[in-house]
Amino acid sequence: MRQQRPVLYLLLWLFLSLLTLFPIYWLFVISVKPAVDLFTTPSLILDTVYWKNYVNVINNETLRGYMINSLIISTSNALLVTVLAFLACYALSRFDLAGKENIFFWTITNRMAPAAVFLLPFYLLFTQVFTFGDWKLYDTKIGMILLYCTFNLPFAIWTLRPTIDGIPKELDEAATVDGASTWQVIHEVVFPLARPGLAVTFILTWVFAWNEFLLAATLTSFNARTITTGLSEYVTTTGTEWGAMAAIAVITLIPALIIFSMVQRHIVAGLTFGAVKE
Amino acid sequence: MRSNTVGWLMLAPTIAILAIFGIAPFIYVLYLAFHHWNPFGADPSMAYNGANNFRRLVFDQEFLGSVAVTAKFAFFAVLSEIALGYALAQLFMREFPGRGFFRTIHTLPLIVAPIVVGSVWRLMTTPSIGIIPYLLRHWFGYDLNIGRDASAAFALTVIMDIWHWTPLVTLTLLAALLALPKEPFEQAQIDGANRWQIFWHVTLPMIRPAILATVFIRLMDALRTVDEVWMLTSGGPGAATRYVGLHIWKIVFPKTDYGYGAAISVIVLYLTLVMCWLLYVALVARREKKRTF
Repeated sequence: MRQQRPVLYLLLWLFLSLLTLFPIYWLFVISVKPAVDLFTTPSLILDTVYWKNYVNVINNETLRGYMINSLIISTSNALLVTVLAFLACYALSRFDLAGKENIFFWTITNRMAPAAVFLLPFYLLFTQVFTFGDWKLYDTKIGMILLYCTFNLPFAIWTLRPTIDGIPKELDEAATVDGASTWQVIHEVVFPLARPGLAVTFILTWVFAWNEFLLAATLTSFNARTITTGLSEYVTTTGTEWGAMAAIAVITLIPALIIFSMVQRHIVAGLTFGAVKE
Repeated sequence: MRSNTVGWLMLAPTIAILAIFGIAPFIYVLYLAFHHWNPFGADPSMAYNGANNFRRLVFDQEFLGSVAVTAKFAFFAVLSEIALGYALAQLFMREFPGRGFFRTIHTLPLIVAPIVVGSVWRLMTTPSIGIIPYLLRHWFGYDLNIGRDASAAFALTVIMDIWHWTPLVTLTLLAALLALPKEPFEQAQIDGANRWQIFWHVTLPMIRPAILATVFIRLMDALRTVDEVWMLTSGGPGAATRYVGLHIWKIVFPKTDYGYGAAISVIVLYLTLVMCWLLYVALVARREKKRTF
């Protein structure tokens, strides 16, 4: 029954990839143009390449610091969120907890809030409530890591739950009968099977944290400032330094791509477990 | 048998973090919603004004208009993303040369920060300097002007959203498809089911929870979109793309009307919650009912 039409698929994917890539290609085009050239008649082909925007960005020490902050914050947040969500989903899926469906729904309500109004309470919490002597949660990496849990943790729990629910309970029970502890069941039975789901959850939460802008702009000043916020300093509603903005944007794609290719393997590894064969 | 204590312990950190960072700010916003507070306005003091903020928003045409246009936006965007994302996830299940490569390419839009997405789309579509209006005029003689044409601006925000977020749907559905057990498919094939029957009776029931979860996530994110649309159209022309998130942003930031902004946020949160809850209950109830048969 297996139908293979590799050439057709290849053509289809090439077409889809062109659509996907075009805005990113355009971002690159903007990043290698001097500001004056942006307002001439547009052309699809790039004739001259102007690297100065990149040179300026790479030599900017502040931006490098922001980049490192972003890497630390999004990686720690994604790891924390994926681990917590995995445990939470396992608990929701395998234990008969009172009101668990309500808890499950409640988690997602934390992602529904319109961001603008919640900036003020977060600001007050970070500067006046969570303080110990001189130390404040404001402008700390740990503060951002925890804060990003409010939108990433519900997301992770909701994307992971179907995966964990989909892993047959009989497997756990068989392992338990064989004398495995709860931890061994999680580690040796559920974890390997949930790996594609975990990998996807990690990637997506990482990206959400990496791209978050409004909260970082309000709750950090320098020590925990992220690259998106640094980038936005070039974007204002009255005027934008398009070249610099685009150059930073292109550079921020690189760590993301590296993380993607690292995690990608685990999605592929998942193929050997439950691939649907036609 | 394992006791439920272990289960609660596994849930505890999640509940603790969400309670601290989720509930505390909400209580503060709820408190603000019953106050008049405009720190940079004519009367900067905070004063209790009962339900006046809520009374005001019921007759606020701008707010009601923004709710309607947001609902339209979320409907078109999420529906297209789910359909397209599912189709792409199914395509990724097949083996073809360069699958990993194409999957990486297809996930690229996700990595781009929303604020950048909005900026690039703006540069691509601004009349007279953008490449897209230029090509459309050149090739098809169509004049795209998002500064003047309300429906074109609306359509463009939907297309931008589809471009940016379909990869998320593809990835989450792909993860769900990969986790499915093989046996039901093999069994269905042995029983002589055709492609459509397999999709309808085997795949769909099994991945319905994943589709549901993805619809929820996308729906609530679409309902609170701000950055991208702000950069692309700033809510214009007129109020054609002034979605609720943007509307609140405009009240809270340029106008610093915190009390009223908080009231609108509470109502928007409430509407989103009720809508999602009804959807959730309807679908969970359906699942439970099926189990008893």
